[in-house]
Amino acid sequence: MQGDHTFCPDWVRQHWGDTLGPALVQHIELTAIAIAIGFALSFTLALLAHRFRWLEQPIGVISAVIYTIPSIALFLLLVPFTGITRTTVEIALVGYTLVILVPNFVAGLRSAPADVLEAARGMGLTGRQIFMRVELPLAVPAIVGGLRIAVVSTITIATIAAFLLPQGLGYPIFLALKDPTPFKTEIYSAGALAVALALVCDALLVGLRRALIPWARQT
Amino acid sequence: MSEAAEIIFDHVTKRYAGREAAALDDLTLEIPAGTFCILVGPSGGGKTTALKMINRLIPFDSGEIRIDGRSIDALPAVELRRGIGYVIQQIGLFPHMTVGENIGTVPRLLGWPKQKIRARTVELLELVGLEASDARRYPSQLSGGQRQRVGLARALAADPPVLLMDEPFGALDPITRLRLQTELRRLHREVEKTIIFVTHDVDEAITLGDRIAILRQGGVLAQYDTPDAILGHPADDFVKEFVGEDRALRRLALRTLADVPLQPGPGSGARLPAHTSLRNAVSQMLETNDEDVVVVDDAGNELGVFRLRDAGAAL
Repeated sequence: MQGDHTFCPDWVRQHWGDTLGPALVQHIELTAIAIAIGFALSFTLALLAHRFRWLEQPIGVISAVIYTIPSIALFLLLVPFTGITRTTVEIALVGYTLVILVPNFVAGLRSAPADVLEAARGMGLTGRQIFMRVELPLAVPAIVGGLRIAVVSTITIATIAAFLLPQGLGYPIFLALKDPTPFKTEIYSAGALAVALALVCDALLVGLRRALIPWARQT
Repeated sequence: MSEAAEIIFDHVTKRYAGREAAALDDLTLEIPAGTFCILVGPSGGGKTTALKMINRLIPFDSGEIRIDGRSIDALPAVELRRGIGYVIQQIGLFPHMTVGENIGTVPRLLGWPKQKIRARTVELLELVGLEASDARRYPSQLSGGQRQRVGLARALAADPPVLLMDEPFGALDPITRLRLQTELRRLHREVEKTIIFVTHDVDEAITLGDRIAILRQGGVLAQYDTPDAILGHPADDFVKEFVGEDRALRRLALRTLADVPLQPGPGSGARLPAHTSLRNAVSQMLETNDEDVVVVDDAGNELGVFRLRDAGAAL
């Protein structure tokens, strides 16, 4: 170690096993659970809003209100109900995904052009077939687009969860900051890992998008 | 399935709530099997409304529509629609499906085996003037004219006895439009179908139709007849005005030199093949200031003479 002004690669090597590695795994877990639940919930809500148009506004308002609450405040608000647990963190993270995913999913399901829907009806597709074969496939670009934003923002917000729970890439940063003379290597390396994780996830989703919608790729 | 079907409108009326004029007012129309029938008229005449009633996209208040004697309400709407080809101006191809998948839509709904669908797709692509390899392309890779060819192939896929076309060529450029009109005419001769075709363009109606139904504001049938009869004997002033002042010239365009009695020669004018339209023959005489044209067959043998002063009598 050579003071705290420069980056120290040795520290990263020594503490990968006991600090950074586990924090990265926890971070991936926190994000994956939030995205999985957020996706399922958003998809259900979007289906309801698509089916019953009057539901769209209330659903939008509620998720927007959740989004306006600062993340730390939201974590603390939930503590009386769910305690200092992973559940608390996940509820907050899921809440933030809704505001991104629901409007994207609804817009996606509505993106089928009127003439395409008329042709589908005129050819004798049932309402269910129109949904499964036309509306849903045409919603895929918007669905993946929403997921990209949700995944990246969840990875970012999950670092803040460390104020509540000793988990994730935020925790090493949190610990270092508590020190009167913060150890910068710890902050930099954990932060860089969070950024790298976000970039890798985004790249994976771009790949998924290309695989799922060959029709939008070729022009 | 493949035989053309007769379509009958039996006193069909439709009113939209809050509007005084009817969308369709007591329409009775008999369209014999295999007819190329044009619904034409100004907007507000109810032509598209009438078309969309046949596949039950628009319900009507009273009356009945029968296809081959059977009321269209006799079976579920989706089943009825799978037996009727449907082509619209905006085409409405599925952007996420290849051309082949688009064409195979109704056959898939009907549960055809894959092999049969593939063979049918190739057959249809050829019929509408596309390549078999186009089956793998996406609609976004095609031109407007090619897309409407795919739209037509998709409508014909399950070999329906009836084809509904709602201003199918309205959005195409004049050259593509003319080409597709010609090919549709040819196609109608090749495949036995009853075609109901909506347009607001009188020229298109006269060029394409065996029968023309002219609808006026308020959904009233003004005249229903062959193009020749409508041009020759317009039912009233509305029809006269709608088909235009140059009715006689338009009628000349409907006949060829082979359709009229010729005079014995010799003639002094240009030599024209017998399949030339009377309109073009007259134009030729006006252009070269001749009294007549000499009509010849494909081998170049003289068949007789057509004189300018006989043009009126030919109508």
